[in-house]
Parts: sequence; C-alpha cells; structure tokens
Amino acid sequence: MRKVSRLSRFNIASLAIGLAFLYLPILILVIYSFNASRLVTVWGGWSLRWYYEFFGDRAMIEASWMSLRVAVASATIATLIGTLAAVALSRGERFRGRTLFSGMLYAPLVMPEVITGLSLLLLFVALNAERGFWTVTIAHTTLTMCFVAVVVQSRLGSLDRSLEEAAMDLGCAPVRAFLSVTLPLIAPAIVAGWMLAFTLSLDDLVIASFTTGPGSATLPIRIYSEVRLGVKPEINAICTLVIALIAVVIVIASLASKLSSSQGESAAPL
Amino acid sequence: MTDELPRTDAAAHAAGDAHPATGEPLLRIEGVAKTFGTFRAVDGVSLDIKAGEFFALLGPSGCGKTTLLRMLAGFEAPDEGRILLGGKDIAQALPHERPINMMFQNYALFPHLSVRDNIAFGLKRAGMARADIATRVAEMVALVKLDGLEKRKPDQLSGGQRQRVALARALARRPQLLLLDEPLAALDKKLRENTQGELMELQRRLGMTFIIVTHDQEEAMTMADRIGVMNAGKLAQVAGPRELYEAPRSRWIAEFVGDINLFDAESKLRDGHRLVVGTRDAGTLVVAEPRQPVGESRFAVAIRPEKIKLSRRGPVSEAGHENAINRLDGVIADVCYLGGTTTYKVKLDTGGLVQASVANSARLDVDAYSLNQQIVAWFSPDDCVVLPS
Repeated sequence: MRKVSRLSRFNIASLAIGLAFLYLPILILVIYSFNASRLVTVWGGWSLRWYYEFFGDRAMIEASWMSLRVAVASATIATLIGTLAAVALSRGERFRGRTLFSGMLYAPLVMPEVITGLSLLLLFVALNAERGFWTVTIAHTTLTMCFVAVVVQSRLGSLDRSLEEAAMDLGCAPVRAFLSVTLPLIAPAIVAGWMLAFTLSLDDLVIASFTTGPGSATLPIRIYSEVRLGVKPEINAICTLVIALIAVVIVIASLASKLSSSQGESAAPL
Repeated sequence: MTDELPRTDAAAHAAGDAHPATGEPLLRIEGVAKTFGTFRAVDGVSLDIKAGEFFALLGPSGCGKTTLLRMLAGFEAPDEGRILLGGKDIAQALPHERPINMMFQNYALFPHLSVRDNIAFGLKRAGMARADIATRVAEMVALVKLDGLEKRKPDQLSGGQRQRVALARALARRPQLLLLDEPLAALDKKLRENTQGELMELQRRLGMTFIIVTHDQEEAMTMADRIGVMNAGKLAQVAGPRELYEAPRSRWIAEFVGDINLFDAESKLRDGHRLVVGTRDAGTLVVAEPRQPVGESRFAVAIRPEKIKLSRRGPVSEAGHENAINRLDGVIADVCYLGGTTTYKVKLDTGGLVQASVANSARLDVDAYSLNQQIVAWFSPDDCVVLPS
C-alpha cells in the first residue's frame, strides 16, 4: 500500500505538466483579472478596479442575470424531466422499443451543438415563438435533460430493486414506495444532475446564440461579442467570477455524488 | 423401514394435506402457473399449508420456488390458479394489501434508515400510534437480540446482524404468513446452523406460519415440518423430512435429496413379499415389494450409502436370514474421510460402483479399510427403495 501511495519523480513531473496544461491559462486569467493596467497583457499592479467596472456595467450585469435565470430554470425543468425519463426507463415495465428510447435519450449528448441550436431555431421560427428567455431556457432544457437522465439512471441501475419491493411488502403502495425509499436514495444523484445541468447551461454559447432574441443576450454571448471588439480586462474579472461559481457548484455536485455512493453499493458518475 | 412409512396416494400428496381432520388450511394454492415469455417458471402447483406450519420449498436453482414465493408475496401475479389466504383469493392483490411479509435473500434493508427505523417502517405505514410503534420495535429488537444497535445504519452491521434486522422488520407487522427467501444463504456455516435453531425456536414460540425457500436440503430437513420439492416448475413431492429421504417418490427426488446408489432393473421375479430383481451392475438383488406395484414399467433399485454395511467376510449368517441379505463382493476403489463418517466407493465384481458411508465410531482406525482391499458390501432388502425410472 505504501509503495502505491508514493509517487516517483516521473509521476510528479507528468502530474505537474498535466495540471499546468489544464490550469495555467485559467490561473493567468485569474491573476490578470486583478491587474490595474488598462492593457490586458501589461502588468500594472494589484487592483480590484475591473470588478468595480463590471458591477457598474449594466449590460454585463443584465446578461449575467439572464444567464443565471436561464440556468436555474432550465436545470430545474431538465432535472424534473430527466429524472422521470430515467425512472421510466429503468423502473417501468419492459415496453416495446425501450432500447430505442434509451438510445434516443443519449443522442443529444453526442449531437453537435450547432445542429441542436439550428434545429431548435427552425422550430421556434416555425412556431412563430418570440425568441428570448423562454426559448433559450427550453433549448438548454433539451440539451441538459439527457445529462440528468444519464446520471440518475446510473444511480437507479445500481440500486437494489428489492428495496422497493421490501417497501411495498411493508405496506407501501407503489408510488409511496418510490417516494419513501427510492427517492431518498437517488436524491444525491438528482442534486448532482441539477448542478451539472446548471453549469452546462451557464457556459453554453452556441445553442444560446441560435435561440436567443434581441435584448436578451446571455453572459457568454455578451462576453463573446465584447471580445470580438478587443479584450477588456473587465472580461477577465467576469470570467474569474464565473469560474468561482462553477467551481463551487462542481464541488457541491461531487460531494453529493460521493454521499450517494457511500449510501449505496456503487457510485454515480461524476 | 420403508414400508412402515405412510404412503398416501398422489392426490393427497399434491394437496399436501396428510391430516384432513385439522380443517381449513391457512393458505391454499390451487393450480397456480406463471409463464415468463415462453418459459413456464411455475407449472400448475397446488399446495395447502396449515397455520403454524414451518414449510420449506426446496429445489435446484431455476425450479420455480422463488417465483412461487414472489407470487405469494404479490410481486408476481399468477397467470392461472388461485391463492387463498384464510379462504380469500389474494392472487391479484398488491403486496401492500396482503397480511404477508417477506424476508428478502439480500435482506433489502433500507440503507438510509437506522435499525430502529427499518423495523418501524412497516408499522408507520400501518398507521400505528407512535407509542405503540416504540413498544413494538423494542419488543422486536429484544426478540432478535439486537439491543444497543438500534441507532446503527445497515452498513455498520455484520452479516448476521443484518439478517436479524431483516427478520425483525418482517415480523414486526405480525403477518399471518412469513415468507423467507434463502434467509441464511449469506451466512457462514457455523452462524447458519445457530440461526437455523433460532428461527425454529422463534417460529414455535410465535406460533407463526413460515414458508422458507432454500436450495440447501440439509437446511430444509433441519427446520421444516414439511418440505415441498420442486423441479421444473412442478411440485415433485410434498412430505416430511423423513419420508422425503426414506421414501422418495421418484428417481429425481432420490438423487436430489441426499446421496443414493441406483441400480437399473433388467428383470424381476416375485417371491412372496419380495421381489428378486436382476440388475446389470449389481447382479441379483432382493428387495421388499413396494406398496404400489411396479407393473411392467422400468424401475430402479435404490439404497442410501449409510444403509450399506461393509466387512471383510460379509454378514455373520443367522439362521433363516441368509437369503434375505443382499451381498455384493468388490474392492475398495476410493476412501473419503469426512470426520464423522468415511465414504467408501466399492468397485463391484459385477461391474457397478457402490458408495457406502460408515460412521467413524472409534477414534483409532481399527475399522478402516484401505484402497484395493477385498470387501463385502451388504444390506437388507427392507432398506431398498424401488423407484420408477
């Protein structure tokens, strides 16, 4: 055991290079968000100037607020639908075409976002829906519910079916058995699914660009359009805030997932 | 010996009711069948179970015993037949509508609930008052000797403790019928033997009706009042442990329950109350004539290993008994020392192989036989069973 835990020099080096490759750009971005200089690439000392600037930038604040609202709404709807889909697919009677349904549920996971975005745009245009908050929310729900379904389904799959049977045997009607035994046991996976959906929605640019309308840009759209005119140090500050938010969410999600696996026999992914 | 045992006819066996005087059975299973796809898991089973009985369903895996149990619990609905509990047909009732509880093979304890909440789960659902629940839980905890562990979660318990929680949880609602699906399969041998005794004691004390499913014949024989042996979805025989062992109804049951030597009959001759049977492997054997005549059908002569005696010179002849003994000459082909007994395989001069089990009644091996030793195996005609092939 002790031998395994000890890292050789080679391991330390490869670990350092790997982590640097992943996190160095982010680290530089975070450091430069505290740059006092007006120029992005020139260090002018520590300052919180760009954070003040951001909180004074109405358009940016509005875009952030829009993104948060879309993320919360779409994650919540996606969690609801995704959980129901997972329950239907792993608990329901074996119906005809179940495998096909399962496969179709996973398709959006691998579908290029451009295609998802474009097809949704065509749908909204055909329906003559006014593009804005709701169209982006629906589009993000479409994308993220499959992720929720996958997370919840894998948890359900690792759960012993006889637990529900035991609950029924002890006097629960089927729905009651689900609510009092299965739901508490898959709750961590549901929470993890919600977090995943939230972060996916928060950083999506492609689908949002297709499905949003004038005056309701999300934060990634706003940042992208600003950057095209040249990177302002303010962007660094915003990105640092977004990174902080996502980091918190991911830590909570993995804690929830860990809790879920310590309660059951095997772990949910994530 | 065989002939002294009651030999009821097939119908009474199938109904499982050897004492019609005791009145209505608690549970009556009538022609129950269940098909999964094209596989007929349970194929027309009829069975009566009396109140207060400890009944075992015994069979190899895939014989339908678990499916039958799940139909009693309500997790599967039978395609055909009726299940009457106290005269009421419950075949299509949902699990929570039945006054039956089940102890699951893997215990199915709720991992997010403590021992106390696991046991109280069914009581809460029954709408019991809080104070009564507390009393009943305390009673159950004492009954299965789990004192001091009430606040633990299932993953903080040993296998034996989990088994007790599962038992307490299933008993807490005081069901009319308790179903136990391989309740001891996950325990090690010593613990299993102790728990067998405790289960029997508990069942007797509570006067409850237990139906246990097991593939372990020793377990079924030890615990059950009656055993139903299942094979390929059908009940092959329902009988007490002794009758099942000493008077199996078919060749399959004889081979499934315990060890047995079988000799296919090639010819037969009636001699008073005995049959003189010609076999290929063991020469001519004399057996007691079975109650049900074998007629012209093919049959086999069966003898349990422990009923065969071994000696160097054969049986000491007693006047008038010589021709009543089956004597087989051979050499010891295999010796298997098992502690309490030693199993010898004897290669007969007539070509067959006979297995004999001898009790090691002396500590020193003065009685032991060695490989390739000339030996005489002998047994009484009364210890043989005639089985239709």
